[in-house]
Amino acid sequence: MNVLSTGSQALGKTAQPKKRSQWADVWRRLKRNKMAIAGLIIFLLLCTAAITAPLFYNFDTDIVSINIPNRLQPPSAQNWFGTDEMGRDIFARVVWGSRMSLFIGITSAAFALIIGGFFGAIAGYFGKMSDSIIMRVMDIFQAIPGTLLAICIAAALGPSVINLIIALSVSFAPSFARVVRAPILTIREVEYIEAAKAIGAKPRTIIFNHVLPNCLAPIIVHTTLAIAIMILITSGLSFLGLGIQPPMPEWGSLLAGARGHIRDHSYMAFFPGAAIMLTILSLNLLGDGLRDALDPRLK
Amino acid sequence: MDTSSDSNVSNLALEINDLVVEYRTYEGVVHALNGMNIQVETGKTLGLVGETGAGKTTTGLSVLRLVPDPPGIILCGKIKLNGEDILAKTEKEMQKIRGKVVSMIFQDPMTSLNPVMTVEEQIAEVIEHHESITKEQSIKKAREMLELVGIAGTRGNEYPHQFSGGMKQRVVIAIALACSPSLLIADEPTTALDVTIQAQVLEMMKNLREKYKTSMLMITHDLGIVAEICDMVSIVYAGRVVEHGTLEDIFDNTRHPYTEGLFNSLPNLADRKTKLKPIKGLMPDPSNLPAGCPFHPRCGYVLDICNKEKPQKIYRTDKHYTECHLYSSKSMVEGKVIGR
Amino acid sequence: MWKYILKRLLALIPVVAGVILIVYLILNIAPGDPARIALGDEVSAEVLHQWREEHGLNDPILIRYLRYLAGFFTGDFGNSFSPLQTPVFDEIMARFPYTIFLSVVAMVITFVLAFPLGILAAIKQNTWFDSISMFVSLIGVSMPIFWLGMLLLLWFSLGLGWFPSFGADSFAAVVLPAVSLGFSSMASMARTTRSSMLEVVRQDYIRTARAKGIGYGRVIRKHAIRNSLIPTLTIAGIQIGNLLTGTVIVEQVFAWPGIGSLMIQSILARDFPMVLGCMVLFTLIFAIINLIVDLAYAYVDPRIRAQYS
Repeated sequence: MNVLSTGSQALGKTAQPKKRSQWADVWRRLKRNKMAIAGLIIFLLLCTAAITAPLFYNFDTDIVSINIPNRLQPPSAQNWFGTDEMGRDIFARVVWGSRMSLFIGITSAAFALIIGGFFGAIAGYFGKMSDSIIMRVMDIFQAIPGTLLAICIAAALGPSVINLIIALSVSFAPSFARVVRAPILTIREVEYIEAAKAIGAKPRTIIFNHVLPNCLAPIIVHTTLAIAIMILITSGLSFLGLGIQPPMPEWGSLLAGARGHIRDHSYMAFFPGAAIMLTILSLNLLGDGLRDALDPRLK
Repeated sequence: MDTSSDSNVSNLALEINDLVVEYRTYEGVVHALNGMNIQVETGKTLGLVGETGAGKTTTGLSVLRLVPDPPGIILCGKIKLNGEDILAKTEKEMQKIRGKVVSMIFQDPMTSLNPVMTVEEQIAEVIEHHESITKEQSIKKAREMLELVGIAGTRGNEYPHQFSGGMKQRVVIAIALACSPSLLIADEPTTALDVTIQAQVLEMMKNLREKYKTSMLMITHDLGIVAEICDMVSIVYAGRVVEHGTLEDIFDNTRHPYTEGLFNSLPNLADRKTKLKPIKGLMPDPSNLPAGCPFHPRCGYVLDICNKEKPQKIYRTDKHYTECHLYSSKSMVEGKVIGR
Repeated sequence: MWKYILKRLLALIPVVAGVILIVYLILNIAPGDPARIALGDEVSAEVLHQWREEHGLNDPILIRYLRYLAGFFTGDFGNSFSPLQTPVFDEIMARFPYTIFLSVVAMVITFVLAFPLGILAAIKQNTWFDSISMFVSLIGVSMPIFWLGMLLLLWFSLGLGWFPSFGADSFAAVVLPAVSLGFSSMASMARTTRSSMLEVVRQDYIRTARAKGIGYGRVIRKHAIRNSLIPTLTIAGIQIGNLLTGTVIVEQVFAWPGIGSLMIQSILARDFPMVLGCMVLFTLIFAIINLIVDLAYAYVDPRIRAQYS
């Protein structure tokens, strides 16, 4: 009775060459989103600045050396962002600070993804006992607000870059576990996986060809946004004195240093904060854009 | 033959002439309707038959002026509802027409009802809107409507998720008929339902149509439903009517190769040995329609002219026409061209 | 419904016990001897030992944990490591009202602005109103709250002198901390409200309502808003959590005498019973808020209500 069924055979044939261009499709949709591209460009520029900073500045002479006669100078041609209470160039310190923030943010997100992804994948793929045990533990971790957990771990371990990365990746691993688990759980049940199993595809083929590509979208989006949150928390912890310690420049600790001078030298408080905002903004734009581009439903 | 439509104006519940609707998206312009022509006689039922994407739903939405805008634009054409020009109405006037003069039943009853409102509220809403009665009276009438479509009125204070698909569609029908509209547009009203439920719902719609003397536009891809309920049939392809006629014309004097293809896609119970002959290929991409006759890439009788010129209407009788290069006025009447 | 609430509250007990265990373990891996930190370097081993005995630090960690747990459920959060040895519970209760006050004001700012902003932006999609409010929201979610706090302080306190720059002595004093606390939540909620609204207006039941002849504004009010609340509520729970977490930083910027600043002071002073108390309290509030959000779901969505009863 159904005229529609006539087309389904032909449809099956056309579907295959289309799958190959899935990522080209995502890129095409992303390119159309001007805000997302702006975010991507800003983020890449920040990364470039972070990577190339040592080519322009010497850590010992330009970043941490004290130059009292030149202290607390407002922004000028020499010191674009002015100088701090030790006479150091704030622009150089903000640029150098991007190294810290981006390194910590990206590394912590990577570790959180690996830890959380591992447990999430186990829970999702094997289900039953392993799922309920892992998820109960995750529940307890997630009962603690992530930032507070990170503060707590960082406080216990003491301030250092490594400890900060440990604190952030442990605190955010549960959220990654959820993001990885959910699509695996649902995809296990989806008909086309059943179909792949029915035609005798190996588990490895199923995981790499069917499960993984479909989990990738939420993971990519979550990772992008997690990097943003982790950079925010890093700066927050440093601001509170629990993260990166002076004289090492980090945006949060630069702002903490500026607090004492906010009345007379407010420029000190402006640029490091603007740098944080720009970074988070770029990642948010990119994350939102990726979400839209990866979700063909919204096409 | 143009004069025939003019003389019948008073007799037409719905008349659509040369309607062109486009959806302008980032991906390109989708030509949903390309000169749609439809006539629904008062008290009669017209079946609008075609594959998914042929523009059937857009036709229905155009009559209610609910084509999503953006991206949809009604470019040109005429829509006359009981002789009144719909496209000239203001939004305020349309709000008096929708639900009162013309109602629409949508395809998927699962998503057509608001999940956070009781069903009687949803039925009462349309009554309250068009008739100046109190809330209590409208709820009472809503329950009567529920009874009418075969649901106990006491279930009115339940939510859609408490109903099965078939019952939800009954609720949707109750909403559509609550203000006894003169025209009912039913967009695949039974497609999403189980076969046994389909029959029940269809039977009920038939009865209600008699009771309210409603004219109906039945959008479907199911020729079985057409045979069951329609008086006239328009076969739609790529946003245009390719063949139109009475039920008998279409079923017994099939002319257009596409109509033939639709019939050949149906299993023949009398002779199960005959192979199904599905129409080859797919509906063309409506943002990139083939030149000439849009059906020519799939047509088994394709001629040289088919990819160059758009075919004109050829009439067999007053009511039966097709748009196909295979026919001259003479062969159209004789009908020797295709094998049915 | 009450049965459900009770069930959820009971389910909280193992979660709280688990949270205490995690935080307890974390704080115990901290390097440094709390006794030496509390008493300084110039005391004898005996004094140190006695101090540890007083604070019950000489027992194995599991015993200490169970003892703490037993105490916790009877309202005894232990004593501070500070020389005064104040009971943690008393200190926290003295500070708690300040944090609640600050969070509630911030929450009010968040909700009062976020919903109308998000809904209007969705209805007026692609107009200047939409662009501006979404740009402001984007800035809002990207701004670190301590930076916003510093800027507000600079402009409205030091510059214009409208509000005090620190403390909690007047009602005006809550304005700047609450605004810096609520702004990013507000921005994030407005964005969610907008996108869920845009999702809802595409739904079939909106078309059904329009097909009844009802005007667009009324369809939005009667059909769209309530449905768009459902996904927004999830974010509301998360945002209230963020707001609470934010108090830790905002209270520090504005020297607001709440739990957040107590926790940071205690961390810097390595006063672990106090840190533990603050963490557990935050977690409890967080859990209760999630419960309230779940109940709010049931209020908005009859499908969820049906599951509870």
